Amino acid sequence: MDDVRAENEVTPDTAEEGVMPRILFCNCTYAKVVPPEVKREVLAALNASGLAFDAVPDLCDMAARNDPALARLSAAPQLRIAACFPRAVRWLFHGAKQPLPESGVEILNMREESAEAVSKALLSPCAGCGEQS
Amino acid sequence: MRVQASKTEGINLRVVLYEGEGSVALANETRAAAMGALLDEGFEVSRPLAGGTVSPQDESPLLVIGQFEGDTPPAADAAADAGAIEYRDIAGLAPEAIVALAHTVRESVGARSLKEWKPWFPVIDYDRCTNCMQCLSFCLFDVYSVDSDSKITVQNESNCKTDCPACSRVCPEVAILFPKYKKGPINGDVVRPEDIQREAMKVDVSSLLGGDIYASLRSRSKDARKRFSTERDESKALLERKRCLKKLQKDLDIPEEVLMTLPSAGDIEERATRAREKLKRRQERSRSAQDAKRPAPTQDDWGI
Ligand code: SF4
Ligand code: SF4
Repeated sequence: MDDVRAENEVTPDTAEEGVMPRILFCNCTYAKVVPPEVKREVLAALNASGLAFDAVPDLCDMAARNDPALARLSAAPQLRIAACFPRAVRWLFHGAKQPLPESGVEILNMREESAEAVSKALLSPCAGCGEQS
Repeated sequence: MRVQASKTEGINLRVVLYEGEGSVALANETRAAAMGALLDEGFEVSRPLAGGTVSPQDESPLLVIGQFEGDTPPAADAAADAGAIEYRDIAGLAPEAIVALAHTVRESVGARSLKEWKPWFPVIDYDRCTNCMQCLSFCLFDVYSVDSDSKITVQNESNCKTDCPACSRVCPEVAILFPKYKKGPINGDVVRPEDIQREAMKVDVSSLLGGDIYASLRSRSKDARKRFSTERDESKALLERKRCLKKLQKDLDIPEEVLMTLPSAGDIEERATRAREKLKRRQERSRSAQDAKRPAPTQDDWGI
């Protein structure tokens, strides 16, 4: 699919240069443990970035159902997940019998970090991506 | 059409926002508003763009939306025969109308709809877990089980009582998480030495219902059982029970409704005895299976 961007889209300089990991955004729909303004701002930044991404309503809900979609969502040589505490996310996938790869996964915590910090980390190319992808 | 038997079944409808060749990109505000609303309504959303990847198509039903110049997006043709896929032109639609359209498709393909539930269940951090089985003994709702490797596992997620984190409080290793809990380390935050100390203090669970449950679960203390069974003064026992429940509720953060549904001390003890016997039988079966160099019993044979 070709990249078609709206005129007013903001593309981070860095995204043009480095290799981007695949992005997964968790909306924590079924409970408001992620501050609404943080997830709204992160989603807005993602939308404006011109980068491809997957977004799911609630990883906890998917894990509770052992949703097979978790496997395809995490099957990437490099993955960046915007959700909550890394320990929680990692063991959620494990509990759903779809463990995350041992390496190449970065989990950003929208529960603790500011929207700005999460967005910046989410949209920057990863060091060493090129070697593995 | 998929039939949803319980709140833990069903597949989300995946909405693919197509803005590639043969389509016109959405305005930023429309896209952001539509995406946020779709996620809030329980839809998965993907935005594929050149120079990046999204997850591949699988059995999840797909709804491809876009402001198409033709009937369908040309670049999506290749994936069209890989699974259930619907296309809708959203040219000129406001975010609310896009969400309404997604609702209609979700219903028609029988995908999972938004549920009235909070996904609340324990998640085990196996880096910390020592397989002591205290959680299995403690949980009164059969949430835990053992797998074919005799490892503790969470089996019946939907049995877990919403907002009750009590089992995480009795885990001596702080290995049980509830990602939607309000505080760390139970919510997945880093476990600090002081957390371990605090959790190690443990609640005196023996006070529950006035019976010495933990002691009876673990060491079958005769004295404890005697104390419970010889309790004659009912009003005193009731008062004691109330006091203990209050303490337990406070220390373990157990919601009132869960306390109301707790079985009697006798039921708990009976259940613990059964669980221990089952575990023993399994271990014996496993040992004899290994001795005979036969494959170990399957998970079905083992389920509690
Ligand atoms: S993984 Fe974290 S952010 Fe996602 S739904 Fe669960 S608690 Fe919320
Ligand atoms: S109580 Fe904690 S350490 Fe023991 S088996 Fe359960 S999760 Fe593992």
